[in-house]
Amino acid sequence: MNRRPGQRNLVAAVGARALGGIAYLGGMALMLAQAGRWLLRGIANPKLRLRRGPLALQMVRVGVRSVGIVSLVQVFIGVILALQMARPLEPWGQVDKIANIIGVAGFRMLGPIITAVVLSGFAGASIAAELGTMVVAEEIEALEAQALSPVRFLVVPRVLATFLMMMLLTIIADWMIALGGYLTSLAVLKPQVYIGYWERMRDQLRVRDFVSGLIMAGVFGLLVSLIGCYEGLRVRGGAEGVGRATTMTVVYSIVGIIVAACIFTVIFYVYRF
Amino acid sequence: MPENVTDHAAPQPVIRVLDVVKRFGGLAVLDGVSLEVYPGETMVIMGGSGCGKSTLLRLMIGSLFPDEGHVQMFGRNLDELDDAGLDALRLRFGILFQSGALFNSMSLGENVALPLAEHTDLDRETIEIMVKIKLEQVGLREAAERMPAQLSGGMKKRAGLARAIALDPEILFYDEPSAGLDPVTSAEIDQLIMDMAGKLGVTSVVVTHEMDSAFRIADRMAMLDAGRIIKVGRRSEFEALRDCPLTGDEETDLVRQFLRGDSEGPITARRLSTGYERDILGGAGF
Repeated sequence: MNRRPGQRNLVAAVGARALGGIAYLGGMALMLAQAGRWLLRGIANPKLRLRRGPLALQMVRVGVRSVGIVSLVQVFIGVILALQMARPLEPWGQVDKIANIIGVAGFRMLGPIITAVVLSGFAGASIAAELGTMVVAEEIEALEAQALSPVRFLVVPRVLATFLMMMLLTIIADWMIALGGYLTSLAVLKPQVYIGYWERMRDQLRVRDFVSGLIMAGVFGLLVSLIGCYEGLRVRGGAEGVGRATTMTVVYSIVGIIVAACIFTVIFYVYRF
Repeated sequence: MPENVTDHAAPQPVIRVLDVVKRFGGLAVLDGVSLEVYPGETMVIMGGSGCGKSTLLRLMIGSLFPDEGHVQMFGRNLDELDDAGLDALRLRFGILFQSGALFNSMSLGENVALPLAEHTDLDRETIEIMVKIKLEQVGLREAAERMPAQLSGGMKKRAGLARAIALDPEILFYDEPSAGLDPVTSAEIDQLIMDMAGKLGVTSVVVTHEMDSAFRIADRMAMLDAGRIIKVGRRSEFEALRDCPLTGDEETDLVRQFLRGDSEGPITARRLSTGYERDILGGAGF
């Protein structure tokens, strides 16, 4: 079939983008597999021990330092949810259900997803910038030249720390959303909203609501850290490359988080989890 | 053994670059390069910016692999080794990177200790002693606790060298060791390179475009131009070439201009002629 040059260019461009996307996902999957292999080898072989110092450092950087910003954002999410729902529920006499809705929405989805979005900027971009700067300063090449794996030394502690801290932060985030809703109802809304608020939330929530949120949080943590590491380690071109890597980390992380959240939601819906 | 090789006991080269071609985006940065480095010698690879000398260094250390040809180290093709084989080989050589490439999150002592801790069974006390010895060899024993950000350019290079010799390598690679240093510090680094070769007996491969430094440290020299090696020989041959009058042979005069740092000669003529008329008269797009 004959195609005009413009059509051919379009097909070629779409094909190139698709191939680039597949190569990107393949590269990340390979990095995840290598990180997993080093993690298992580190657990099994004392000589290849997990280096606790860097892991603790990353946990502080990723987790402890972002507790404040995550809490602040999630309290506001709770405020927004409570106020947004108050008016539509009022005519139906259901304003007391605000606690139930905040519980489900917060624990199942908004806790992990908003925390992950905050971490993509707070931790993901920082990982990409740090590793990218190390590439520019020849530090990665120096590691490899000493027969030391950058995946073992740099990727494993960052991915593991982000994975663990993302789940811990999500637990805090869930309660901060609930707290935001409670404080709002206490300050602005009617007594039937805040009286029995915690009891209604407790009665509404099931263990699976909490667990499904934590599963997603873990996956989001893996996504954000892997994208940050991958973008950072493939930096080329000095400071400009580092800037591009940090930007792309945030963009790809947010897209990845939303897509993963959608996939999980479908799975949980189908399996009634 | 080729006639332009210094007399060494072992005639087999430790590094052999065989007809190597390396392309980036279709452009051949190295185009049929062959070079041999013999045990114990200091080989200086020279050339202008962008001539491919850093690419050649990265091919020698297994950071890059050739599109055509082979790079052999200790008789083994680097491109045929798996990761474990390459890592085993990497323990036998050290590299001083242009920036020093120290790990910024670690102190100087920790930088030097890292390869010892990861690749040997030495206990902590022994490693500490080894670190002090290595730092003493480069004159930085007192700075073990300092962080890389607190060091001057020359100190970073010396620290990088201490880390490079941590595992007592047989070959040391130096990427632009004098770049960005003042003349005195540069001379100190040159002296260290000579000390490493003289006292430790290591084979040295130095990539540089600093001619004063090159003539101080080299046993043999290789001139790289536009992705090809146009001359390899003893230092004395290059000294003679530097001091001789113009020969009329373009390649010889090109090497001569580079060695002397003249502002006129084949290198300048080639640079000025490239696309100049076409750009001015041929309607080059802007």
